Amino acid sequence: MYGLKKDWVMEKRPRVCVLEDYVGSEARWCPGCGDHAVLSSVQRVARDLQLPPEKTVIVSGIGCSSRFPHYMKTYGFHGLHGRALPVACGIRSRRPDLDIIVVTGDGDCCAIGTAHWIHAIRYNMNITVLLLDNNIYGLTKAQTSPTTKRTERSNTHPRGSFFVSLNPISVTLGIDNASFVAQTVDWNPPHLYETIKAAHEHKGTSFVRILQRCPHYTSHIFAEAQRDSSLMLLMRHPEGINVPDAVAKTFKNQVEHDPSNLNEGREIASQSNGVYPIGLFYKNPQAERYDDFTSYGLEMGPSAEIEAVNEALDRFMV
Amino acid sequence: MKQPAIETTTPSTTDSAKLNRRTVQQHIVEVVSDSGEGAQTCGQMFGTVSAKMGNGIWTVEIIPAEIEPPRRSSAGASGNRIRLGSNPVTNAGDTADVVIAFNEQVLYSRIDGGALKPGTLVFLESVWAEDPQEEVRNAYQEALADFKKREFEVIEVPMEKECLKHTEDPRRGKNMWALGLLCAIYERDLELVHGEIVKKFTRKGKSVVNTNLALVDAGFNWAKENLSYRFEVPVVGTPEPMVVMNGNQAVGLGAMASGMDVCSMYPITPATSASHYLASVFHKAGGVVHQAEDEIAAVGFALGASYAGKTACTITSGPGLALKSEFLGLAVMAEIPLVVVVVQRGGPSTGLPTKIEQGDLLATLYGSPGDSPKIILAAATIDECFHFVITARKLAEQFRGPVIVLTDANLATGQQPFKRPVIREEWLAPPIDQSQWDSTVPPFDWDPETGISRRPIPGQRGGEYVLTGLAHGEESRVAYESGINQRAMAMRSRKLAVLQNSLKQPKLHGASEGDLLVVSWGSTLGAVEEAIDRVREDGGKVASLHLRFLSPLEPGLKEIFGRFKKIMTVEINYSDEEGEPYITPTTRRYAQLARILRDHTLVDVDCWSRVPGSPIPPGAIEAELRKRLNTEN
Ligand SMILES: Cc1ncc(C[n+]2csc(CCOP(=O)(O)OP(=O)(O)O)c2C)c(N)n1
Ligand code: SF4
Ligand SMILES: [Mg+2]
Repeated sequence: MYGLKKDWVMEKRPRVCVLEDYVGSEARWCPGCGDHAVLSSVQRVARDLQLPPEKTVIVSGIGCSSRFPHYMKTYGFHGLHGRALPVACGIRSRRPDLDIIVVTGDGDCCAIGTAHWIHAIRYNMNITVLLLDNNIYGLTKAQTSPTTKRTERSNTHPRGSFFVSLNPISVTLGIDNASFVAQTVDWNPPHLYETIKAAHEHKGTSFVRILQRCPHYTSHIFAEAQRDSSLMLLMRHPEGINVPDAVAKTFKNQVEHDPSNLNEGREIASQSNGVYPIGLFYKNPQAERYDDFTSYGLEMGPSAEIEAVNEALDRFMV
Repeated sequence: MKQPAIETTTPSTTDSAKLNRRTVQQHIVEVVSDSGEGAQTCGQMFGTVSAKMGNGIWTVEIIPAEIEPPRRSSAGASGNRIRLGSNPVTNAGDTADVVIAFNEQVLYSRIDGGALKPGTLVFLESVWAEDPQEEVRNAYQEALADFKKREFEVIEVPMEKECLKHTEDPRRGKNMWALGLLCAIYERDLELVHGEIVKKFTRKGKSVVNTNLALVDAGFNWAKENLSYRFEVPVVGTPEPMVVMNGNQAVGLGAMASGMDVCSMYPITPATSASHYLASVFHKAGGVVHQAEDEIAAVGFALGASYAGKTACTITSGPGLALKSEFLGLAVMAEIPLVVVVVQRGGPSTGLPTKIEQGDLLATLYGSPGDSPKIILAAATIDECFHFVITARKLAEQFRGPVIVLTDANLATGQQPFKRPVIREEWLAPPIDQSQWDSTVPPFDWDPETGISRRPIPGQRGGEYVLTGLAHGEESRVAYESGINQRAMAMRSRKLAVLQNSLKQPKLHGASEGDLLVVSWGSTLGAVEEAIDRVREDGGKVASLHLRFLSPLEPGLKEIFGRFKKIMTVEINYSDEEGEPYITPTTRRYAQLARILRDHTLVDVDCWSRVPGSPIPPGAIEAELRKRLNTEN
């Protein structure tokens, strides 16, 4: 421009995203639903890490919990029941630049979407998976879910569920190439926040099971644990979830657990004493990532592509 | 090269003076063996070499349903049919002129399939005459007697004996020897054959290449010395550069040439080989083949990539299509571009996994719940298998939704030469747009006339929206008011009408008006047109109309139908036959295109369809047309 030095640049004010930049439509979950707490934690993590909203994608399936993307002001993909993970993996396959968070429910992930859950853990693409586990099908009005405890009543099992419940953490820890497996609770915001943040920072598939209260259908399930912290076991380690001391102090039961110790993580996960372990069971930053493979050739330009097609075509010349 | 010793104990010793030379405009050759004996490779190479010499060809694989079926069983027949001609060949034709059979039992499967006629020249492996097992020897002798009764011209050929001079495992070498024999009687250029062998076997090492070269030469020389038949198929040269490939390779190349980023699939016959081919070359064009945990994940993965602005396709067959249908509904609802190639096989259920059928038209059209209008194209030739993927990619992006390309098992494995495409940059998907999005423009900014809208891509600031499969309005917010759903449905449906408006009226083959019009789609093109030509040679006032767009249909059909007394479709799918028990005009279920045409035009379109698991030969169509014309008059 006339009169300006060649190397002149307009001084841009650094972009700062505030909480409102992540807040979408008004959340329509029941009052007191644990999903509200998860939403505000995700929004705070996004703000604190200054994730650009246009580069953040929330992918979900179908369920109360899967309404999540609508309440964020980022990109979102509210797809099919059980199928969030394949979609998220597909997005990730060619977009290393996006932040991808999957929100799924216990029915969505552990029943109809089980195959995808297992294989997504194997693929270990860089995505954060939040399993909002309320031990029930909320949206469809209280049917037994895979994580519903045996003998719990639901509309499909009014005399109590016959099934032995499934432990999503043990299952995930049993899948080869799992790289980040954690558990937290919706009613402890600092722990929830730190866990989501650590999950986001991990490069690979971070699987976080969040015990989520559903006051509408299963209000009694986590009520005890909420009242009495001795029904939880806090896993601590410098490599684990970084909980402030003030928060840690409130937990009567604590255990030092090195998240690189898979077997110990499995043992803690499979305890059947009615106590919920929270924290990081396992982390392996070295696990193979499928997105390293799928993002091959991203920078290739049209002339290189045309050359490749021509070369392939010439092999068929008569 | 080592010259094989010539044995003189063989049936018809000849010298060049007594050659039985014939010039033919077209010929049909089959090679059949037990599965695993390589008749398919032999046939493919013969086809490729013939194409390279300038002949028109069309090949069809003869496929057993199992990988290792029992030996010497008619159910296990594996091989290839090659129809070669002076001019371009458009279909597999009727009965074979020449057959090479590695045992008499596999030949029976071809006889049962109506592939032979009196006078067919059969070269039959003679080793079974001296088999250690008595039953085998007897079966062979019985078959010889039977073949005589059926008036085939059988020449016994000591394939195994001759092959043993060059390889310890004649079961693996006979196919090359047989190729040599064919090349001798059709006077193929041995240099070209050598070139194909080197190309095919180089990866397996030098000694494999040399053995195969020696076997081809041995078969070639043996035939020159011992057989008097020579068939000349003159070449009407095409000046243009040509390529020859099968339909699945063409689909794979089409995906590459359209600039696809991702092909996400789950293995299923007969679609898989398209992904096999693509996996071998895709990375060179910067693409990736994702093998998902199932078909649902495959289409979900592709849609994820597409939502994120990358171009994606998924390739499947009937049962896989069924699993994908919920996601296809989402792609329609949330307007996500996607190319879906459906390589049709026999259905329903597992059906005829390796065999052709045109049974998935209605499943693609109506397979998703609710109203889910989508674009459907059907390739008629291998050339179109290539070009339609490129067209589909563009349409998917322009009309913002899934586009289905139907091919079938016949196209997938058949080979045909076509003009070498000149790759154009405009075929490639443009790089994704990451510029700022005008945040006053909603994510479904439907043009009120056409329903067409542009979509924001993650990364575009100002375009943030939540894609949803729930009913939604322009803003992609869940629609709680009743009017929104009505309007959104109209917008999505309107796009098809807009596309139909930009299509040309399809061209008739044959008479422009007359007694009978055949309407067809997919790989039946060549056979239908050949049948029409034969009937027209005898003065029949008939024509055919081959449709490429099935949703929306090409325009002007009703006007064309009005010029013919009778309209019928010819299809390879099921329809009830009038006159069978309980089947009346009101109970009768029509073939799939016929139903769509009846629905669309209100014309009383009749149909003739068959599900033999193989292409319908032109002769069968011709016979049906003549029958219909006769009952008409
Ligand atoms: C294919 C399909 N089957 C069934 C449903 C019905 N459905 C919607 S949500 C849901 C269960 C939701 O439970 P969960 O995943 O635990 O989520 P929550 O509502 O508890 O958060 C079911 C069965 C559906 N939408 N799609
Ligand atoms: S039903 Fe349960 S899970 Fe669903 S919104 Fe209400 S409280 Fe939350
Ligand atoms: Mg639930």
